[in-house]
Amino acid sequence: MTAPGPADAAAPALSLRLRHGFPGLTLDVAFEAPAGVTALFGPSGAGKTSVVNAVAGLLRPEQGRIAVGGAVLLDSAARLCLPPHRRRIGYVFQDARLFPHLSVAANLRYGARFAPGPAPQDDFDRVTEMLGIGALLDRRPAALSGGERSRVALGRALLSRPRLLLMDEPLAALDAARKAEILPWIERLRDAAEVPILYVTHSAAELARLATTVVLLDRGRVTRAGPVAEVLSDPDAAQGLGRRDAGAILHATVDRHDDDGLTRLSTAAGTLWLPRVAADPGQRLRVRIEAQDVILSRARPEGLSALNVLPATVSQVRLGEGPGALVQLRLGEEAILARLTRRSVAALGLEPGVACHAVIKSVAVAKGDVGSG
Amino acid sequence: MAGWLSPEEWQALGLSLKVAFWATLVSLPLGLVAAMALARGRFWGRSILNGLVHLPLILPPVVTGYLLLATFGRRAPLGAALDEIGIVLAFRWTGAALAAAVMAFPLMVRAMRLAIEAVDPGLEQAAATLGASRPWVFATVTLPLILPGVLAGAVLAFAKAMGEFGATITFVSAIPGETMTLPTAINAALQVPGNEASVWRMVLISVVLAMAALALTELVSRRVARRISGT
Repeated sequence: MTAPGPADAAAPALSLRLRHGFPGLTLDVAFEAPAGVTALFGPSGAGKTSVVNAVAGLLRPEQGRIAVGGAVLLDSAARLCLPPHRRRIGYVFQDARLFPHLSVAANLRYGARFAPGPAPQDDFDRVTEMLGIGALLDRRPAALSGGERSRVALGRALLSRPRLLLMDEPLAALDAARKAEILPWIERLRDAAEVPILYVTHSAAELARLATTVVLLDRGRVTRAGPVAEVLSDPDAAQGLGRRDAGAILHATVDRHDDDGLTRLSTAAGTLWLPRVAADPGQRLRVRIEAQDVILSRARPEGLSALNVLPATVSQVRLGEGPGALVQLRLGEEAILARLTRRSVAALGLEPGVACHAVIKSVAVAKGDVGSG
Repeated sequence: MAGWLSPEEWQALGLSLKVAFWATLVSLPLGLVAAMALARGRFWGRSILNGLVHLPLILPPVVTGYLLLATFGRRAPLGAALDEIGIVLAFRWTGAALAAAVMAFPLMVRAMRLAIEAVDPGLEQAAATLGASRPWVFATVTLPLILPGVLAGAVLAFAKAMGEFGATITFVSAIPGETMTLPTAINAALQVPGNEASVWRMVLISVVLAMAALALTELVSRRVARRISGT
C-alpha cells in the first residue's frame, strides 16, 4: 500500500495542475487553494466539473499533479494515480446521489468505516446537529425534500472525514427557498474551518457569499485567481463573471437593529443601512453590493432618498464596448464596483484619483446577498 | 397425498426439482459475472461473449444437446479429462443439470443485465469517493440495488430448467431415476397408449410449478423494490 503521506501543515490545502484533452475542449488548469472555500467559477462547459472529478479521481487527466494538504493524489510524471476510494476526498454531487436502499442514518455512516483511525466520539451527533438532520435518520432518501437531501449528502461526505470537500453546484437543482435554507449550513462549515472546500458554481451571488478564494475558469483555462474581495472588485475580472452579475463585497459589522426595520452596519467606508438583517449586533457579515445598484455623485448629494452615501475614491475605470462602463471605487481598505454609462463617466470626469460619493439604495441589497463572514 | 402420484412420477418430480435447483445455484454466480461484463465491461470480445451467452436461446435445443454431448461425452476430449478426475456428466443427473443450466443461462443473464444497466453509476462513484473499494461498492451498493433483477433471473432460470427437454434428452437421454425429469417423463408416458391420466397429472404439476415461480418473482421483486424506495 502506498498510503498517502501525512498532511503537511505548511502545504496549501490544494495544489493542482492538470492537462486533459476532451473533444472540443482542452483543459489546462493550474492553481493553489488555501484553507476555506475556494470557488471554481465559470460558464457551463468551462471544465469546472472535470477539474473536480480529477481531484476526486473520477477522471484521470493525461498529465498533471494534484496534492491535497501535502498528500500527493496524482502525479503523472511519477505514474502515481490513487483510485477514488484511497483519496479521502469528500464529494457532494449536484444530484446528492444518496443510496436509495439505505436509511438516512446508514447513508451518513457509510463512509465512516473506511476512514482511518477511530471516529471522534461525538462526530455523528455533531454533524447531524450542525446540519439539522437529526429528525430524518430513520427515513429513506426517497422520502426527503430536495433541501434535506442536499444536507444529508453534505453530512455523509463530512462523516467520511475527508481531507478536502468537493461541492459541485450543490444548490443548482434547488429553488430559491431551498438555496436560502442550505447556504447558512455551508457558511457554518466554512467558518468552522474544519475542512477546505472546493466549490463549483456559476452563480455570482453564491460566489460572493461563500468563497474565500476565487478561481475563474473559462474554456478550460484559469483566467483569474485570488482572494474573493480582490477578484470581485476587479473590473477586468468582472467580464469573466458576466457583466450583469458584477458586484463586489463589503465586510461589515452589525451595530444595531432599529425599530423601523433597518439594521445599522459599520463598514470600512462608513455606516451602511440595510433592511433588517438576521444577525446579532457585533456579528461580522459580508454584503454583496451589485455594481448596477451603485450610483456615483461628485458632490455629496442633498435631499436624496437613498440612505447610504459612502465617500469613495475612483481607482479604476473600464469602458465597455457598448454604452456601459465599470468603475472601481476605494472605500477605505475595501473596493466596490459601480456600473455606469460611458456618458456619465465623461460627464462626471471620472478617472483614477477622483473623490466622489457612492450611493447605495438600502432595499437594493437582496437578503441572499448578506452572509456571515 | 403420496398416492396421488405414482412412484415414477414422484421420482421424476423430485429429480426435476433437484436438477433445476443445482442448475440455478451453480449458474447464479456465473450469470452475475457475465451480466456485469456485458452491462459494464468495455473489452475486446464483448460481442462474442454476448453471442455465446445467447446462443442456446436461438439454437435448436437438440443442437445444443448434441454439442454438449460432443464436448462432455465420455469419449470427447473434455469429457474424458473430467472422467479422469471422477466427474461424469453424460447420461447422469449432473449432465441434466448442465443442460438445463446452459439452456436457462440466457434468460438469467438477460434479467440481471437489465437490472445492472438500470443502476446509476453515479451511486457507485459516490460510494468510491466515500472510501469503498470496488468489491465493497459491489457488495453494498450494486448488489442490493440489482437484487430484484437477480432474483427474477434466478426464478426464471429455475422455471426454464424445470421445463428443459430438447437438450436434456439429447445429452443425457431419459433414464428413470437418473435423468428422467418431468418433461422427459411426460414424453415417455405419451409413448404408452392409455397413459393419459399420468400425462395429465404431470402436465398439471408443470403448470402449477411454472405459475408459482412467476408469482414468487413478482412477490419478491415487489417487496425488494418497496424496501429500496422506502415507501
